[in-house]
Amino acid sequence: MPASPVVTGIGVIAPNGLGTDRYWEATCAGTSAIGAVRRFDASSYPSRLAGEIAEFDAAEHLPSRLLPQTDHMTRLALVAADWALADAGAGRGTHSALDMGVVTAASAGGFEFGQRELEKLWSRGSEYVSAYQSFAWFYAVNTGQISIRHGLKGPSGVLVTDQAGGLDAIAQARRQLRRGSKLVVCGGVDGSICPWGWVGQLSSGRLSTGADPAAAYLPFDRQAAGHVPAEGGAILVLEDAEAARARGAPQVYGEVAGYAATFDGRPDGDGDGDAGPGSAAGDGAGLRRALENALADAALGAGDIDAVFCDGAATPDLDRAEAGAIAAVFGARGVPVTAPKTMTGRMYAGAGAVDVATALLAIRDGLIPPTVNVRPAPEYPIDLVVGAPLRGPVRAAAVVARGHGGFNSVVIVRAAGRGGKTAADDIAT
Amino acid sequence: MSDVIFALHDLRRILLECAGADEGVDLDGEILDTEFEELGYDSLALMETAARITREYGIPIEDEALTAATTPRRLLDLLNTD
Repeated sequence: MPASPVVTGIGVIAPNGLGTDRYWEATCAGTSAIGAVRRFDASSYPSRLAGEIAEFDAAEHLPSRLLPQTDHMTRLALVAADWALADAGAGRGTHSALDMGVVTAASAGGFEFGQRELEKLWSRGSEYVSAYQSFAWFYAVNTGQISIRHGLKGPSGVLVTDQAGGLDAIAQARRQLRRGSKLVVCGGVDGSICPWGWVGQLSSGRLSTGADPAAAYLPFDRQAAGHVPAEGGAILVLEDAEAARARGAPQVYGEVAGYAATFDGRPDGDGDGDAGPGSAAGDGAGLRRALENALADAALGAGDIDAVFCDGAATPDLDRAEAGAIAAVFGARGVPVTAPKTMTGRMYAGAGAVDVATALLAIRDGLIPPTVNVRPAPEYPIDLVVGAPLRGPVRAAAVVARGHGGFNSVVIVRAAGRGGKTAADDIAT
Repeated sequence: MSDVIFALHDLRRILLECAGADEGVDLDGEILDTEFEELGYDSLALMETAARITREYGIPIEDEALTAATTPRRLLDLLNTD
């Protein structure tokens, strides 16, 4: 079996924290950033809450050359990539440009930019549409812009599997490392909090219509009634373990030890695009297989996993399916489960990457951050971490993400095998 | 050649508004004979700039002519020639 690749750099840009350190501090403290939509006037829409990244001034972080050609979410992605590469002490010249690539995930694209240009098209005429519309709206744009900015010309790509994408991108990066790349910048940053994006999200029927930020996104709670959309994500630097050691990478956060994806197949026809309850897939069988296959891929047993970072869809049928799958694999209340995304809202393609980053920080510090606002419904057989962080060694964690339309993905991360010392070791000894 | 209707300072302003400036590039410096590519402007940046010039000044710019105008001086000559 090939050696697992290692994460050597993390850049998180999330509603409750700009930068990995601030995000982690806020997440451990249970600080939520869900609030009223401010990026556009949402007062006439059924859903009016979001997890927005406030106080982000792109001009402070990026050259003016990049501003006219980028959507808001691409600017966030570029900054997260800058941070991740700086954290890893890597970038242009670390290896040959052809040995370094970029793989990101997206659920939509630069929709705020796209909407503005389409408005110009119908209101003023084609000569008013920005030439940059040719790529700025496109779902592949973050991979392209990160590649250009850092001179990463190796095998690259984009995954579009809704919320599962952030994990699928990391897995695709792992494949490229096994095929010979030495370093891949990977993850996802997403966000389309604009009327066009909002209408698209509303059509899923899964958005919370609540007005109270503390009660609008409650996975595994009897009051669960949909989720709050968010913007943000994380970019990771994933490296071949040997290459990272050879170049003296400043730190190793952990290994990407396992991965599996399954697909729930034919929709049940109720219009939400998913297999429903009553079908094997809708009951979480697909997710269960993804968990089992990811463990097998990592050559770990269920008992080796110290924390599960769950998807937390917050609709009763999806919560039931996820809780059932986790309990089937780990036993009823057999492993701590958490959804720190209750503080941010769902970042779509950004969420899986943020959860992987969070799991790696949990391994580093021996601390599982909490799920906020939720009163766990007793009928779900999972041990949800609520109220305060749970302290204790975390040697390996499973990250779950489920995408609209039937995508199930699981990534297993664990403490680095050789040379990596974590809080888990300190606590264990 | 007619009177100058479009000057270097107009071009500087429009370039900045349409495409910004690369790190390490001083548009206020001696740029008349510097290739746009060296200034950090690719073909899309120039298309965007040309579209803005056409809208603001009513000067149509053919794609082929734009491609041939590889420096600020050549572009100004093109714009100020009948």
